[in-house]
Amino acid sequence: MNSLWIMLTGALVAASCGFLGCFLILRRMAMLGDAISHAILPGIVIAFLFSGSRETLPMLIGAAVVGLLTVFFVQLLHQSGVKSDAAIGVTFTALFSVGVVLVSLYAQQVDLDLDCVLYGEIAYVPWDTWEWGGMDMGPRAVWAVGGVFLISLLVVGLFFKQFKLCSFDPAMAAAVGIPVLLFHYLLMTLVSLTTVASFESVGAILVVAMLVVPGATAYLLTDRLHVMLFISMGIGVLCSVFGYMLASWLDSSIAGAMTAVSGVLFLLAFLFSPRHGVVAKAIAQRRVRVQNRQTKPASH
Amino acid sequence: MAPTITTASLTVRDLTVAYQKKPVLRNVSVEVPEGKLIGIIGPNGAGKSTFIKAVQGLVPIASGQVEIYGKTYKQQRKLVGYVPQRESVDWDFPADALDVVLMGRYGRLGWFRRPGREDRAFALECLRKVGMADYASRQISQLSGGQQQRVFLARALAQEAQLYFMDEPFAGVDAATEKAIIHLLNELKQQKKTVLVVHHDLQTVEEYFDWVILLNRRVIAAGPTAETFTAENLQKTYGGRLHVLGGQLLVSSQSVNDEEDER
Repeated sequence: MNSLWIMLTGALVAASCGFLGCFLILRRMAMLGDAISHAILPGIVIAFLFSGSRETLPMLIGAAVVGLLTVFFVQLLHQSGVKSDAAIGVTFTALFSVGVVLVSLYAQQVDLDLDCVLYGEIAYVPWDTWEWGGMDMGPRAVWAVGGVFLISLLVVGLFFKQFKLCSFDPAMAAAVGIPVLLFHYLLMTLVSLTTVASFESVGAILVVAMLVVPGATAYLLTDRLHVMLFISMGIGVLCSVFGYMLASWLDSSIAGAMTAVSGVLFLLAFLFSPRHGVVAKAIAQRRVRVQNRQTKPASH
Repeated sequence: MAPTITTASLTVRDLTVAYQKKPVLRNVSVEVPEGKLIGIIGPNGAGKSTFIKAVQGLVPIASGQVEIYGKTYKQQRKLVGYVPQRESVDWDFPADALDVVLMGRYGRLGWFRRPGREDRAFALECLRKVGMADYASRQISQLSGGQQQRVFLARALAQEAQLYFMDEPFAGVDAATEKAIIHLLNELKQQKKTVLVVHHDLQTVEEYFDWVILLNRRVIAAGPTAETFTAENLQKTYGGRLHVLGGQLLVSSQSVNDEEDER
């Protein structure tokens, strides 16, 4: 049962990160996801200090606020002439360092371990349960990540066409009256929420992998946006299941193994994708070369 | 002056746009008649793209007013169709040609409705009009430049607008596509629609457009092609870089305002 909970948590984390990550990749903002996942640290700490507990809701709110602040600062710096990658780098390191200082100052009070924030520990998920009216409702992480995942699915499902057009052609989206900036911030809010709900179980650093790798893998495997979203979620589930199996076989870090599996899956797609894969391209080129060789003598 | 100016489809008064401190467009005023094919002509960096973006509220306006059929752009959004420059989007986006054309319907769908069967049928019809029906399910990165431009045009048709803004639709397309596009533009004109086209090739201006706006940071001249597209006006627009050689117009390629690119 415990391994099932762990796999479920991992699958939910990977699927919700992967699915939002698709949009980040398509907008060439994968690193903004990276930035958010680090920059929310001060938000989490401040939420701890205010609520005095590890309740999920205050943490989600704190992270969402700081996540949006990150995006806002990046936008502001970029508009004032700072290159966008530099703007991202400056913003998230600044906020992250504030978080690190806060953690070291108040670590005793808030019972927050920096290692835990960065690397997470998914193995403990089954024991951190949520009790509701005296009943054991199962692991808290499953509820937190699952809830945020449902919200993301709902929002993106409802506004799929807006997200699609804003990603493909923001100028056209603005011209037909879609509030592009609002949807930008909406997406980033979802990324912030997902990140903070996930960080406890897999850690901030591995969330970054899940935000980028499943989406990048799915991108290689399809030419349709909605298919890409589904594939990325499927890949997330595979990462979790195989990652857990790998970790129990090697007796290693579960989150690390899950990420390693995502890397292997990406490599497989990179090599063997029917259209974009290296192998398929090599075969196609070889075919052209052979045809050329066959037609050349005739022309001489 | 033209004796019978009917309704103005687009009225711009005193439009000024500045990206940094320097104005890109200064006090642009123009009244565009309905049902005409209009070329927006000017050198690189003259603010042609900026002009059609500013009119649609895509770049902030420092001052001035824009009216579309007598009302503000926000009220008349559904009457306007837009074809951005082809390079402005990432053609590796996971979508097929029909997906892109369907995007033209989004403005009419409101916040929550999804494109339905009629929208798909309409989008397919638009693809057919640009001769791309066979490519409906083709991934957009696998289309040639000319085909991509046609898909963009089909998307604009799917908007069912009255007034169209097209940013260099002829840039980098093959001769067949250029012909197909101009045929389509003439069809739109016959339906009393107004089309404003940012255009570079001076050789084809007289053949393609019945109205021109000569632009270089300000309006040099605007009016029917026969009266406006004169050597004298062109000289004013392009400065010393225009040479008239035996009836042929030649423009040296160097940008006239060799700072800032035109955004």
